[in-house]
Amino acid sequence: MNHDDRIKQLLKQSLPPVERNAEPERDLWPAVLRRLDADAASRHAVPWFDWALLGGLAVFVASFPATIPVFLYYL
Amino acid sequence: MPDGSSSVPGSVLHRFRQGDLDAFEALFREHQRPVYGWILRIVRNTAAAEDLTVETFWRIHRAHDRFQPEFPFGPWARRIATRAALDWLRAQRPEVELTTEMAGTLPSASQGDPGIAAEIRSKTALAFGRLPLSLRAAAILAVVEEQPHKDIAAALGITVAAVKLRVFRALRLLRKDLEQQGITP
Repeated sequence: MNHDDRIKQLLKQSLPPVERNAEPERDLWPAVLRRLDADAASRHAVPWFDWALLGGLAVFVASFPATIPVFLYYL
Repeated sequence: MPDGSSSVPGSVLHRFRQGDLDAFEALFREHQRPVYGWILRIVRNTAAAEDLTVETFWRIHRAHDRFQPEFPFGPWARRIATRAALDWLRAQRPEVELTTEMAGTLPSASQGDPGIAAEIRSKTALAFGRLPLSLRAAAILAVVEEQPHKDIAAALGITVAAVKLRVFRALRLLRKDLEQQGITP
């Protein structure tokens, strides 16, 4: 047995191989569906930056109402 | 999944590509166990393997429009699973992820040889955990799990020759580390 074979043997003894038919202890499909739902919800959510921009615009318009016609003109 | 064979008809693969949820569930039911087993072999942590299986199938669903139905689903899923597992390992501290305590909780095919002292096994596992991730993944799949080099190469996105080289380098570095600790394999 050469050096590499001995180190392989030692490695196998230190980290025994996982059994061939290992399977999860629970059905993972519900967790996958929850993950997909969370992903879909986050895609439809309005980013915080958009809300901040809208809030800033509202404050600006409330502070300077005379600018409203100018905004409407450029929309 | 090792050979990429599947009992799922081709029409299911086409429907999956179009985003059909029922087709995705059929593929999940077919491939859940092999994907979980493959991830478990890499991360060696049952709870993490379950979470990463969910993560993998989420990534698979997200990439459904990039799947090519003329190719088998298994190797594609395994490649995505490998990336998810390596991402997880990258986020872990190497010293804690491959301890013998953790190995003891795995559904193992065999137990450690009582002839080899527990201390040596523990030091070997820790030394292995200190190897670079790319070498560790190739070595654990090739040496410990005895997976075909072709499958490992496809999962890691490298050539078979590169897998052999990584295994060779991993074994050399491991031996050097152990020798520095006074263990001569």
